[in-house]
Amino acid sequence: MSTIAPERGVPSPRILVTKPRRSDQFFRLVVTLGGLTSLLILGLILLFLAYRGIEVIRMEGFALITSSDWSVVEDESGNVVSQSYGLAAMLVGTILSASIAIAIGVPIAVLSALFLEFYAGKKIRGILVSLVDLMAAFPSILFGLWGFLIMMPSAEYWAKLLNKYFGWIPIFDVPAPVFTRSPFIAGVVLAIMIIPICTSISREVFSQTPLDRIQAAYALGATRLAMIRAVVIPFGRSGVVGGAMLGLGRAMGETVAVYTVLNIVYQVNWQMLFGAGGNIASLILLKIGEADREETNALMAAGLVLFVLTLVINSLANELVGRLGKTGR
Amino acid sequence: MTTVEMRQVETAKPGQPWRATPRERAFAIGNFIAAFLLAFVLVKFTGLNGKLGWVFGFFFSYIAISFVAEYARSGKPAAQDSLLTSVSRFAVFIAIVPIASILGTVISKGWRGLHWGLFTQDMSQATVNDPITNGGMLAAIVGTFVMVGLALILTLPISILTALYLTEIRGKFSGVIRFLVQAMSGVPSIVAGLFILSSIVYPVTQQYSGLMGALALSILMIPTVARTAEEVLLLIPNDLREAGLALGATQWRTVAMVVVPAVKSGLVTAIILGVARVIGETAPLLLVSGGGDATNFNPVSGPMGSIPYYVWKSFLLGGTEESSQRTWAGLLVLLIWVMFLFAIARYISSRTKKG
Repeated sequence: MSTIAPERGVPSPRILVTKPRRSDQFFRLVVTLGGLTSLLILGLILLFLAYRGIEVIRMEGFALITSSDWSVVEDESGNVVSQSYGLAAMLVGTILSASIAIAIGVPIAVLSALFLEFYAGKKIRGILVSLVDLMAAFPSILFGLWGFLIMMPSAEYWAKLLNKYFGWIPIFDVPAPVFTRSPFIAGVVLAIMIIPICTSISREVFSQTPLDRIQAAYALGATRLAMIRAVVIPFGRSGVVGGAMLGLGRAMGETVAVYTVLNIVYQVNWQMLFGAGGNIASLILLKIGEADREETNALMAAGLVLFVLTLVINSLANELVGRLGKTGR
Repeated sequence: MTTVEMRQVETAKPGQPWRATPRERAFAIGNFIAAFLLAFVLVKFTGLNGKLGWVFGFFFSYIAISFVAEYARSGKPAAQDSLLTSVSRFAVFIAIVPIASILGTVISKGWRGLHWGLFTQDMSQATVNDPITNGGMLAAIVGTFVMVGLALILTLPISILTALYLTEIRGKFSGVIRFLVQAMSGVPSIVAGLFILSSIVYPVTQQYSGLMGALALSILMIPTVARTAEEVLLLIPNDLREAGLALGATQWRTVAMVVVPAVKSGLVTAIILGVARVIGETAPLLLVSGGGDATNFNPVSGPMGSIPYYVWKSFLLGGTEESSQRTWAGLLVLLIWVMFLFAIARYISSRTKKG
């Protein structure tokens, strides 16, 4: 009995290579290039807006974001006599209306998410979640026209009520009783627009809360409120803040819905119930049709400011949503 | 003797302790009625009035009364708990009211403007203030289809490659690309329009066209499609990939023959969500596609209309009964499209979850 294997018929070992084949190398190259397209597009957006806007940015310097005067003066023959492009009023308006949207929308969204996740029965929950998701898919023109034609009268009524009882607080004061097309109304429309997004992000975050922690809290005799305060909120806090900031980014970049319900005035206005305000995106839409070369460049600069602003806010938001789960007890 | 006694002992009936007892029910109804009365007082004697005033008055009084009643009955923790319950109910109600209002107004005001000519005529022979039977949305519908279709053709390869890079290759740029795709989803739609305007329309073509609209739309579409595609690709079990490789397939054949066919329906969902994202996009199209009233099938020359443009024009230039009917009819057509796409996406994803 020999244990020696017969010498013939032993296949020689396969040569193992770790290098991908030619076809795979090509595939990887194509996919990587495809993946880098987003970098290319964002880079090009930044580049072209900066290229077109650089003249105006040089001319205005910091006045672009500190002055609120946006005017082109022409003489009779159509030559430009003087021009100045200041975005301060629009920037303030953008931030003001977006903050109102956040102040109104986020609490409603977070509470709705809590209801959907921890209170609602299975059937009701399914219906409500579908409705909220459907609303997130509504185009902004729908919100804008609905806001202008249907919601504005009742929002105006609330604005008057707020002014009547809280008029002694400076931001609720108005210099003249003009309540239509105010930043407050734009903020309400934006709030309605961001509620679905914030709700679905918050709901997703809450639904990832570990079940064992929830049950542990109940087992210790916690009420729902105590459970939510001790388990859900610490776990989902950063996600909820991130969702709110995504909403903020969307509210700042909104064009059509704000254009229809906001009265654009080139004057810094912090009094949110008064019918004068602005928004960079709707300024662009308002002016681009009639703008000459120089003013178009100024609008490109405005677009650049808006782009950078939303980019920063969205990056922060995504960072926060992504950090979920590392915090909490 | 003992056996007889044991028979007499009643077996415990299965109880339902979570069910509300009649007393609890009476308590809830009592709260309700008390809140209603308080709301009546509020509306009568303060500045609140109208339907909204009633609703808010009722909810505030309901919250207050149920808090007090619960406090009296079961103490502070229970009262705080009931406070959160009623406040979150109120919040859901507020979140749902606008949806109901939007759906209700668009449908009730829009259906009167619907007529067959809407889909067979364009606006080249009519103004927005003509009777509603003159002219229609043909140019708008054709334009939207052409532009969204073109945008889809541009978007699809880029977003699928991006998703494949993030899930299959997982190279050293993964973090950067994931970050950038997320950043891209936050690009305001008007900036996309401005970008196309500054990079192509002004320096190169110098005319508005459907292709420019499609380019702007695809910038907005890429992140939606790429992220959804990435999510469905991540759901594919690694076993499938390993099985493909173990059979001796190259990576590219594994991806093309195993991974992508396995997520076909997920990719369809991604496409539908992308289309739904851009179908009602207004601002970039107002900037770059010109907006024509005549039916135009050619995306590279001449202005092209779109459904949002039709709505926008009827809204801005109008002021008459006819133009308002046009606006709402256009919005209804848009809404029907969005709901249709949404329903398909829902159907597909629910079917795949079951299978």
